Amino acid sequence: MNRHMIILAAFAVLIAFLGIGLRLNPREVPSPLVGKPAPAFELAQLAKPQQPFTEKDMLGKVWLLNVWASWCVSCREEHPVLLDLARTGAVPIVGLNYKDKRDDGLAWLKQFGDPYNLSIADNDGRVGINYGVYGVPETFLIDKFGVICDKVIGPVTRARLSDKILPLVKKLEQKEHQSCA
Amino acid sequence: MIPEIGVFSLVVALLIALVQGSLPLAGAHLGITSWIRVARPAALGLFAFAMLAFGCLAWSFLDNDFSVLYVASNSHAELPAAYRFAAVWGGHEGSMLLWLCLLSAWTVAVALFSRQLPEAYVARVLAVMGWLSVGFLLFLLFLSNPFTRLMPPALQGRDLNPLLQDPGMVVHPPVLYMGYVGFSVAFAFAIAALLSGELNAAWARWSRPWTVAAWMFLTLGILMGSAWAYYVLGWGGWWFWYPVENASFMPWLVGTALIHSLAVTEQRGAFRSWTVLLAICTFSLSLLGTFLVRSGVLTSVHAFATDPRRGIFILAFLAIVIGGSLVLFAWRAPRVGLGGTFGVVSRESMLLTNNVLLIVAAGSVLLGTLYPLFLDALDLGKISVGPPYFDSVFVPLMTPALFLMGIGPLARWKVADLTELMRRLKWAFGVSLLTALILPLIVGSWKPLVSFGLALALWILTSTGVNLWQRLAGQASPLRRRLANQPRGYYGMLIAHCGIAVFIIGVTLVKGYETERDVRMAIGDSVTVGGYEFRFNGAENVTGPNYRAARGNVAVSRNRSVVRTLHPEKRVYNAQQMAMTEAAISTGLFGDLYVSLGEPVADGAWSVRIYHKPFVVWIWGGCLIMALGGFVALTDRRYRRAAERSADKVVMAGKAAV
Amino acid sequence: MRLIAVLLVWCLPLLAAAQSAQPTPEDPATNQRAVHLAEQLRCLVCQNQSLADSHADLAVDLRRQIREQIAAGKSDVAIIDYMVERYGDFVRYRPPVKASTLLLWFGPPVLMVFGLFLLLRYLGQRRIRIENEPLTEAERNEARTLLGEPAPGPRT
Repeated sequence: MNRHMIILAAFAVLIAFLGIGLRLNPREVPSPLVGKPAPAFELAQLAKPQQPFTEKDMLGKVWLLNVWASWCVSCREEHPVLLDLARTGAVPIVGLNYKDKRDDGLAWLKQFGDPYNLSIADNDGRVGINYGVYGVPETFLIDKFGVICDKVIGPVTRARLSDKILPLVKKLEQKEHQSCA
Repeated sequence: MIPEIGVFSLVVALLIALVQGSLPLAGAHLGITSWIRVARPAALGLFAFAMLAFGCLAWSFLDNDFSVLYVASNSHAELPAAYRFAAVWGGHEGSMLLWLCLLSAWTVAVALFSRQLPEAYVARVLAVMGWLSVGFLLFLLFLSNPFTRLMPPALQGRDLNPLLQDPGMVVHPPVLYMGYVGFSVAFAFAIAALLSGELNAAWARWSRPWTVAAWMFLTLGILMGSAWAYYVLGWGGWWFWYPVENASFMPWLVGTALIHSLAVTEQRGAFRSWTVLLAICTFSLSLLGTFLVRSGVLTSVHAFATDPRRGIFILAFLAIVIGGSLVLFAWRAPRVGLGGTFGVVSRESMLLTNNVLLIVAAGSVLLGTLYPLFLDALDLGKISVGPPYFDSVFVPLMTPALFLMGIGPLARWKVADLTELMRRLKWAFGVSLLTALILPLIVGSWKPLVSFGLALALWILTSTGVNLWQRLAGQASPLRRRLANQPRGYYGMLIAHCGIAVFIIGVTLVKGYETERDVRMAIGDSVTVGGYEFRFNGAENVTGPNYRAARGNVAVSRNRSVVRTLHPEKRVYNAQQMAMTEAAISTGLFGDLYVSLGEPVADGAWSVRIYHKPFVVWIWGGCLIMALGGFVALTDRRYRRAAERSADKVVMAGKAAV
Repeated sequence: MRLIAVLLVWCLPLLAAAQSAQPTPEDPATNQRAVHLAEQLRCLVCQNQSLADSHADLAVDLRRQIREQIAAGKSDVAIIDYMVERYGDFVRYRPPVKASTLLLWFGPPVLMVFGLFLLLRYLGQRRIRIENEPLTEAERNEARTLLGEPAPGPRT
């Protein structure tokens, strides 16, 4: 009888795992960069190509790096959310124009609005690779020490913004905050 | 109107299945003959209405009825008729309906071909299958209704996924499902035996042909899936250890163990409980496979749209069916006796070892497939488990089993003499090893893994030869008579084992010697692969029934004379605007030449992938031979002899009297 | 005359080029290495394909990265580490051997050894069980009935 109990118990454990599995998303790939310093880059700004911009320019501030592209359909979904966020001025947003043409990117911002403090152009996607970008849009929350504290895969929703991101921003802005590392 | 008839048929089928599941079961338990006798007609009725529903769906497809949501999602007016029919099982709902139809077909087959079995027993078997049908019908009617209307009707369908517009697609799912569902018969036989308490050698003999038939279909189904991937997907691969593939491979492994275990139970009366457990496990793996593929729990190439409620339902169904059977097993199995004695070295013990190894192999595949899920559920990170893992784990596990395959059939029942076996097989061993070491040298390059694979394959072939020789030797009658006197089951085994050897040769040589070139070819360029010269002569635009394509022209020559012209295509299907590579393959007994177009580059040049795959056809040839072995075993006259049937009845009567 | 010479000089390279296809810009060995590495890595966009097989933009970019790293003299291990640093263990088809994957890697061999051990123990025990459990009187009578043997006389 004991042997049979073992088999039944193992089966129950399997069912439990499969049940939990139903609530998970197997396609989502979490970032190994959370808790690590944001990879260094130096890219030309989209609007002012002669002026470079590096991640160091944002040290001392808590900010969002939002990966977007003019060819990205889902980006339009999150765009109103970012525009509203920009209006409140709660946290600065820097756009990373990923694998795009400068003219297309500028035209897109003109048409749909520009929530970004500035956008930088990653035309060949190399900076994206360093940040582990695999789909657009993605958003990184970086603290004042230049450490990535959170990553959003897919469009930023209002719920995610109000429930997770903004509270975290508040926490990171406090003087006592050491680092996410 | 027709779709509504379809839904109505499913409802009627559900009612019949409910009756089929309850009355005969109660009747068998209480001894009420009239209730027992309901089983067969109910099975026929279930089949009739399931097929009617299927017919309605097929009609909707052939008639381009885009007011049915499922038809609109999976078909297109320009789709050729054959594919419009095959599109019935191109999506989730239709494939579930196919599952149900095949389940009802197997049920009817059991009802019709089991006249020689005791009525009460058959009633229980049909009742169990009835309950399985109930589960699927509930799922169909409430969560996967293929007949849901689309209002207003679509003007045009979204077309069948271009990857599925292929002859392989027409046959692969039905054959595969015949295998998956077929194991429900072995399952039902096992459950019925547990319920009735009659777990004797006769049960094994009744169950065996059904199990072998299901195994045969599953072998063919997997073969077709692999061949289809090779021919259609354009990457030259034939097995990727994807979750869907593993979902079909696990029941196959355990099903193979089951067949071997049934052999022992039938011949020697031993392992009865173990065989019952295996029968339960095999079908459980079929169901688990269904869950894994359709619930969205694992990323799958077979991307069925995933409604979370579906996952929950299938999981609950799994839990009830498998959990219930295991509880029943725990409760009833220990009552069964031990069966005959056998030594530590004997055919029985070798077959048991075969079982253990196959189960461990299946367990490893399950572990690898589910591990990413385990870690993710425990919040321990996300990993991928792919071919490098499975290849490194599976081959070492199977090697002892393959080695044993040469010895087992030669070992005697009850007690086998190890030294005698070694004596008989030493030449086979020596010859295999030597040939395996020398052959690669002759071909051109010696690789240890190639020799290893060849040694295993040759070992299986030579030891099978020794077996046949030994079996035929020492008799006075002429050779032809001796050959004719051997039971078909024996030949089935020999053929199936040889099939595995052929399969191993194919895998070994392809993996050892395949060559690939991925080059940019302008018009007039040529490249040499595998001893052949491939000259690219450009690509022209052509139009198909529902696609436009760039059709390449590649001339293949050997020793400066053109042997074949291949036409790989890059198609864009009109409806979904999806690009698809249609590789051009020249299949030969000793190797394939495989050309596929990549992307167009400037000035009519293309990036082209060219493969030479030696002996790749032997992979599927081996599987085909395996299935043939199964078929031959099925035609054994043991399963058709009338005399034995009445003898069974006498034995049953005798037992009842004592 | 000069024009013909100039034309010839232009055409010759074209003629030469038509002889054999442009190979990918490295030698076969490097190409083989790049392909081998790409086959071990998973495409994150088309998650059912390896980097070698996928046509996704990201896959093309990452294949280019691999080639650049090989050209820069990085080892296979270093290149895979580069990918894992950015995308996590998910990108490796061969799961790493760490604490959380011990069960995965060592499970199967342990299971096999354990299974065979259980089997041997069972075989040994089975024989003992059969030899040590003689039939009871009732069972003996039942056996005789079935075999059609006469019952023995009263026991002395």
